[in-house]
Amino acid sequence: MANIMIRKSDKGYVFYLPKRDIEDSITSMEFDTPEKWGGEIKLGNGGVYFIEPQAAPARLPYSVRARRVDGVE
Amino acid sequence: MAALTREETQALIEEVLEVYPEKAKKDRAKHLMVNDKELESSKKCITSNRKSLPGVMTMRGCAYAGSKGVVWGPIKDMISISHGPIGCGQYARGGRRNYYVGTTGVDTFCEMNFTSDFQEKDIVFGGDKKLAKLIGEIEMLFPLNKGISIQSECPIGLIGDDIEAVAKKTAAEIGKPVVPVRCEGFRGVSQSLGHHIANDSVRDWILSNRDNQPFEKTPYDVAILGDYNIGGDAWSSRILLEEMGLRVVAQWSGDGTLAEMENTPNVKLNLLHCYRSMNYISRHMEEKYGIPWLEYNFFGPTKIAESLRAIAAHFDEHIKEGAERVIEKYTAPMNEIIAKFKPRLQGKKVMLYVGGLRPRHVIGAYEDLGMEVIGTGYEFAHNDDYDRTIKDMGDATLIFDDATGHELDEFVKVMKPDLIGSGIKEKYVFHKMGFPFRQMHSWDYSGPYHGYDGFAVFAKDMDLTLNNPCWKMIKAPWDKQEAEAEKKAA
Repeated sequence: MANIMIRKSDKGYVFYLPKRDIEDSITSMEFDTPEKWGGEIKLGNGGVYFIEPQAAPARLPYSVRARRVDGVE
Repeated sequence: MAALTREETQALIEEVLEVYPEKAKKDRAKHLMVNDKELESSKKCITSNRKSLPGVMTMRGCAYAGSKGVVWGPIKDMISISHGPIGCGQYARGGRRNYYVGTTGVDTFCEMNFTSDFQEKDIVFGGDKKLAKLIGEIEMLFPLNKGISIQSECPIGLIGDDIEAVAKKTAAEIGKPVVPVRCEGFRGVSQSLGHHIANDSVRDWILSNRDNQPFEKTPYDVAILGDYNIGGDAWSSRILLEEMGLRVVAQWSGDGTLAEMENTPNVKLNLLHCYRSMNYISRHMEEKYGIPWLEYNFFGPTKIAESLRAIAAHFDEHIKEGAERVIEKYTAPMNEIIAKFKPRLQGKKVMLYVGGLRPRHVIGAYEDLGMEVIGTGYEFAHNDDYDRTIKDMGDATLIFDDATGHELDEFVKVMKPDLIGSGIKEKYVFHKMGFPFRQMHSWDYSGPYHGYDGFAVFAKDMDLTLNNPCWKMIKAPWDKQEAEAEKKAA
């Protein structure tokens, strides 16, 4: 489990892992509706993380706990 | 142009790696790359922010250097205590020439060394009592200080002193913020972690101090983040922002004060110059206070104009006009400078090995003078820095991470740059080899280099160094001996 921060850029969601200084675009997010948000997220660098599905945050950037499923650290 | 092709550069890397033992070779190979502008991410080509190899010469600093020397040190009205043995503090007091206005020893304290001067008995019995006494003495002798930060040196973490408890107790006693910073030198692989720790301690102990207090806001409030006012850099940046109609609320942290930092959550936009050392706090403010942040580059007229327009895009027409007015005003004098120095510098090749933002940010300034950067490298960058660098550097140029003494020497011998920009540890080696050299960590005791005024100094300095006749007269001592030995043999 790691704390990650999700921001919005003009190209979509951006993933940031402060501990490792990894910043990358989020290419896909499993759930992206106001009621259900999160799930499996895929990164531009091939990494896959999982966020417990939850209500979408009122404001971005948003820090959330995530689990690394696959791919590069 | 005598720049190397992709294959030649790759061959050079392999040649340089040849001397290492197998294991070291494998490791170092990951830190060297030939640039390819097409790349989206640096991840697969260069590894960074890893522990330096034992046995090779590295140029890196420690976490204490990153926290005390870079982030906390320049805050002028706070006293940063170097908590531990005396040496670290002595070599970290204003060494980067972070200029400030004020009377040192009365209301500003950057150039002074405050230390708890650890002795054997403090290691054995703990130094908390000494620290509390020290803070009391500081408050008595320097009553105009606005706050105190405790910068831990290695022994503090090793013996397990509880500086947080001392900080809380003494803060209540003196009625000022006392910030414990756990930046022991052994943490992390380089000064980079020190920046992170310093940012986190600012976030936890300083940033929210004035939340919900009245503050007279204007729609044009900005803060300059990550400018340490080396040789007056922040001042030559600040006047441009003010000229275009913005109000600079805070400077982090060159010539900055504690009050400025506490007021920063009220700004509309955070302007981030050194991404590496202050992106952490920018991201935090974006999340907590909803303040967007923007990276800018104030080296060389091309990049300044780009940055001023990008900054203005966040504001209304008034500021946009202001930006155009500023650019217009400085175009003629800048063209004059370029006309004067470009003929003397055109086509010259530069190699850089610095830290923070410089390996990529100064490229534009060199290009404005018609020079070409053929190799660049960071001491302590992370992958996000390299992602940004790949776009700024030319194709087939050399990029190196945490270069060793041997690698730098060999690169320079083969690539023969006309100018080398690096730190004090490399300076005299390259002087002896007869290469023009600028110490680019603190502008070789010159400056400022930021902003339009800075570019004038920058252009002049580069010309003075590069076209100095002395370089041709130098023969390296080791070459001299060889020549003499040959003579004797013959």
